[in-house]
Amino acid sequence: MTARAETWLWIIQRATAAVLALAVLIHIVTIVYAVRAGLSAPAVLARTQGNLWWLGFYLVFVLATALHAGVGLRTILRELTPWRGSSVDGASACASLFLLVAGWRAAIGLFA
Amino acid sequence: MSGTIEVAVWRGGADGSLRLYEVPEQESQTVLDVVTYIQRRLDPTLSYRFACRVGMCGSCAMTVNGLARWTCRTHVRNVVRRGKLELRPLANLPLIKDLVTDMTAFFEKWTRAKGAFVPAADRLQDFARVPPDSRARQAASAGIECIGCGVCYASCDVVSWNPGYLGPAALNRAWTLVNDVRDAGNRERLTAVAGDAGCHACHSHRSCVERCPKALDPTGSIAGLKRATARALLRREL
Repeated sequence: MTARAETWLWIIQRATAAVLALAVLIHIVTIVYAVRAGLSAPAVLARTQGNLWWLGFYLVFVLATALHAGVGLRTILRELTPWRGSSVDGASACASLFLLVAGWRAAIGLFA
Repeated sequence: MSGTIEVAVWRGGADGSLRLYEVPEQESQTVLDVVTYIQRRLDPTLSYRFACRVGMCGSCAMTVNGLARWTCRTHVRNVVRRGKLELRPLANLPLIKDLVTDMTAFFEKWTRAKGAFVPAADRLQDFARVPPDSRARQAASAGIECIGCGVCYASCDVVSWNPGYLGPAALNRAWTLVNDVRDAGNRERLTAVAGDAGCHACHSHRSCVERCPKALDPTGSIAGLKRATARALLRREL
């Protein structure tokens, strides 16, 4: 990859890490709060359906996760396996895309 | 001080093995003294590298009981374990023989990281005036004392995983030049250190900082390069 592309990936990794630090905290606090009286699908849906705030939060959370995981996976594969070249970049991008589509689908499913 | 030290020394090439030697203990004995004793008194075929013996030249670094160190500035009493020493060549470098590694790749990476000064002025111009307390001068001074011994490079996990990685010493050198206001080569330098085996590959494990015999902070220098390359990218200078 070029110097420009590598530097973009680094900026994306750092920026998404900053988003995730806050998003994971909100996510975990919400879990602890939500399971106080047992966890049920109707209770979750009652909180998320039609709630634009939660939809926006999870769309951003999923986007940050997908980008962060893809860049990190690429680094791990290149360091811990002999796999090199553009196919690693492609595979990592596919992993990112899968997380993004699956995550956004779930977030939209909870909203709709 | 009348005992002996049991010293296991790597002999041969990459497929060699450890050989045991008995070396008499002495007052204020350094690990380099031990290696020299073995070569002069016990086995003249032992190959090792040294020059100044006082921590100036950076040529006597070896792996002593598992950690990369200057042998000339390492006292035996500080590293010996139950009367035993284990001496191996530096890690992450091709082995030539015994305790001597091939440093070619290490120094080629300094060239690849554009570690050479590129003058912005010619001899007809006046001397550059660099305020000693300026931020750039302070940053350059913090990394300038590297003598290229390779201890950081041998201690770096990222080099062991990715042999193409430029490594702490070459990147630290690049950072000192990025902060040299007389230098005109930063556009090429930042591009060179931002490649896929450059500064962004560093995980900040700080083994280089932990092991550097000069107490330098290559991880900090690499972090500086990460910021500098990001700024250059956003200004479309990369």
